[in-house]
Amino acid sequence: MIESIISSIGIGGFAGSMIALLIKIAIVFGVVMLHVAYATYFERKVIGHIQMRLGPMTVGPHGILQPVADGIKSFFKEDVIPSGADKAIFKLAPVVSVFAALGCLAVVPFFDGFVLANINIGLLYIFAMSSLSAYGIVMAGWSSNSKYSFLGGLRSTAQVISYEVALGLSLVGVMILSESLNLTEIVNAQQKYWHGMFIIPQFLGAFVFMIAAFAETNRAPFDLPEAESELVAGFFVEYSGMRFALFYMAEYIGMLVMSSISVLCFMGGWTLPPFILEVFPSLAAVPGLVWFLFKIYFHVFVYYWIRSTLPRFRYDHLMSLGWKVLIPLALINIVITALVKYYC
Amino acid sequence: MNIPFPDLTPAMPEVIMTSAAVLLLMLDLCFKNKALLALAGVITAGAVLYFLPVSMGETFGGMFISDRYSLYFKFIFMVNLILTILISIKYFQKQDEETGEHFSLLLFATSGMMIMASAKDLIVLYLGLELMALSTYVMAGLRRQNIKSNEAALKYFLLGAFSSALLLYGISLLYGMTTTTDIYAIADHINEIGSTHAFTAAMVLIISAFAFKIAAVPFHMWAPDVYEGAPSPVTAFMSVGPKAAGFAVMGRVLFVAFSEVQADWTAILIGISIATMAAGNILALVQTNIKRMLAYSSVAHAGYALIGIIAGTDEGLNAMMAYMMIYAFMNIGAFAIVILMNKGKEISDYEGLSKERPVAALLMLIFMFSLTGIPPTAGFIGKFNIFLAAVEAGYAWLVIIAVIFSAMSAYYYLRVVRNMYMREAKAPVIITRSLTLDFALLITAVMVVLIGILPSIIVR
Amino acid sequence: MTPKIFFIYFAISMTFMSVMVITRRNPVHSVLWMIGLFFHIAAVYLFLNAEFLAAVQIILYAGAIMVLFLFVIMMLNLKEEVVAPRFIGEWPIGVALGIAIITMIIYSVFTIQPGPVGEHTIEAIQKTTHAKAIGSLLYTKYIFPFEIASLVLLVAVVGAIVLAKKR
Repeated sequence: MIESIISSIGIGGFAGSMIALLIKIAIVFGVVMLHVAYATYFERKVIGHIQMRLGPMTVGPHGILQPVADGIKSFFKEDVIPSGADKAIFKLAPVVSVFAALGCLAVVPFFDGFVLANINIGLLYIFAMSSLSAYGIVMAGWSSNSKYSFLGGLRSTAQVISYEVALGLSLVGVMILSESLNLTEIVNAQQKYWHGMFIIPQFLGAFVFMIAAFAETNRAPFDLPEAESELVAGFFVEYSGMRFALFYMAEYIGMLVMSSISVLCFMGGWTLPPFILEVFPSLAAVPGLVWFLFKIYFHVFVYYWIRSTLPRFRYDHLMSLGWKVLIPLALINIVITALVKYYC
Repeated sequence: MNIPFPDLTPAMPEVIMTSAAVLLLMLDLCFKNKALLALAGVITAGAVLYFLPVSMGETFGGMFISDRYSLYFKFIFMVNLILTILISIKYFQKQDEETGEHFSLLLFATSGMMIMASAKDLIVLYLGLELMALSTYVMAGLRRQNIKSNEAALKYFLLGAFSSALLLYGISLLYGMTTTTDIYAIADHINEIGSTHAFTAAMVLIISAFAFKIAAVPFHMWAPDVYEGAPSPVTAFMSVGPKAAGFAVMGRVLFVAFSEVQADWTAILIGISIATMAAGNILALVQTNIKRMLAYSSVAHAGYALIGIIAGTDEGLNAMMAYMMIYAFMNIGAFAIVILMNKGKEISDYEGLSKERPVAALLMLIFMFSLTGIPPTAGFIGKFNIFLAAVEAGYAWLVIIAVIFSAMSAYYYLRVVRNMYMREAKAPVIITRSLTLDFALLITAVMVVLIGILPSIIVR
Repeated sequence: MTPKIFFIYFAISMTFMSVMVITRRNPVHSVLWMIGLFFHIAAVYLFLNAEFLAAVQIILYAGAIMVLFLFVIMMLNLKEEVVAPRFIGEWPIGVALGIAIITMIIYSVFTIQPGPVGEHTIEAIQKTTHAKAIGSLLYTKYIFPFEIASLVLLVAVVGAIVLAKKR
């Protein structure tokens, strides 16, 4: 779409595609940043109502301008760097976090045909990027030269590595069924089945993925790296101002990315299951982006819901859940899927 | 996609060995008595011996070859495995560090050696070597409370990792120039386009890695510390197994892949061999610890065995193989005596052994004579064959050097004998006998004498 | 031409990063440079259309192994390298040997004649996609090394537990 407009005004070839790509990046970046800003608002509202409160109400009608106020505040806050900190790494850490989170968005198809980089190994690329997000936390924890952040950093390292295994293995079933690592092709592969969503044959994988995704994004009930009540915010306790805001952004982008992988791999992405379309053929006219966003916000809602319902896990419970329950479950899922695929 | 199932018959011994190793890991959970695991290990070795003769041919798309050459080496590995199991049962009980994993790792290491002996492809060779090496690194550190054992494991691991890197550099160079890792295809390629400096560089790197495994100078530095620190049965195991496996792959790679450039590698090996014999024998002279002495002697023996490869003939290769077999018997026998003694670390601990324990002293005498190469023991036959092959190939001067060093070795081997027979014991000698250890001593002593008298049973 | 410029950039920066890895006094900095190095290596794999290898390089090396490295270094809390007196004084021999080996390698590198082109050229991989090509090779031609590699990993796991567990 954007390519055709660019070429119609006379810029073709390599330069044209580059300009089109830049415009797409700008669109995605803008939309995602807006999402991040309002995801915080959404979270506070959801949790507020679950806890019988109102959430932010002061800034604007129903507090709708709260994220803007927060953004302005963190932008103008003083930037404090602890004296014992390793300055270069201290400054690098939030950047790495945000970079890793934003990098994932490059391969996420938001609707049919709209993807920044349609690469063959989309899923592996996302694993690679999300494994990097651990570095942001580790670097922040170590360079702050503070006990609390250091503990948070160590916890996060162990947690992210353990759950990354489960996360990767839980998606192998999807790879086997769709015979591809390309996210667009995975979505298309789901359309070939009557159910139109891999969550039905891959319920085990989806279950493992959901739990591992919570741990991977350091969200409750697995938010041990920050653990406000014991580590007073864990790895970013020494950060303030914009750098602190960057970590916050990384967390919410991470949530968005995990939700979109779940939507793409298990819930049919921007498509609707064929059996629903048979009953309501008129729904086919609705643009795919709507369904995609709808499914994503459902996931995001689940994140908030669980955060406000469940208490934090103890650390050894977290580890034994990851290694002794989730990884074996994911392996069983792979074996069953492979056998079914081979013999049916 | 249709995936063809490979023919497993030629690889049957390896299949048995690896499945038994995995099984042993699980059995370890069920049995408190680790001797049962040892028994299972011996049964496995027996099964492998049974399947060895019928497992001929190539499989896995020509990556694995089972021929007479590899069968002979696999036979050596089985002898090594059985004897090591026999001498280790009591040892670990005595040290109160009994681990079932020891036996499973022994089997894993042996399967690695078997894969090396049968490798027709450099990738398989490397992985077999790594399987063997990783298991032996861990076994060297099995006495975890002992700081020397820790040092041994760490040193062996670090230097072993270096040698693996050298091997991989060599393989990658070869692959870049020939786009194949098949040993026979590389030979064809060198035949076609002739050798270049880059081929020589690859060959030097690969020989260095093998020299590390056989503990040849200048890659012998790890041997004394590792031999001293590792638990004695493990030392016995890795002074024979990895060495024989190293010679097996060296023989195959040099005689097949680099057959065209024989003059080049002969020149390198002559230097290594002389340096190995010199360093091994001279440094052994000043050792007071018997395991260190045996370590340097093991270095020296690698030097003698190299002469068999240098000869470059089938006779030389055969003599080298026979030497490895003989070395297995006499060296493990000597270590069995070391294990037998409650206090047998220092050479001076053997003073007066003949008065108190005449049989043990006699056995040690046989092993020491054999290691020296005195007739009518097996060690003499081994050396004689190698020297004969080398003289026939025109390396009489090298044989003269080897004989001189061999005579020098009599000093430190016979010092043990002198301590046993001509000195009085300062403290009472205590030994811990066990049925299996006795059995191992019986086998080794009988074989050492028998081969010495009837060499035809081992030299074909 | 563009690929060449990119390659030159990667080659130079990889060398630079390798030097940084071994010259940093702070082990954490060394590890971080090493991670940068791994990214550049992954990029070089991309030049060969080996995108699967590139992803695995980052997931395994940068994402898992180096994190563990960092973890251990942090646990030990080594801010500065522990400085111990050198206990062997033979560094001139080491330098001489190093120079000799480098000379040998440089000398021999110029005589390398690349072997015949194999069947998995960049174009062929582009057609089948790299993940598929590598997968089918691993399960057919290289099934034997693949199985041995699994044994090697098993032994490594067993060994680590044997040496580290409390008794």
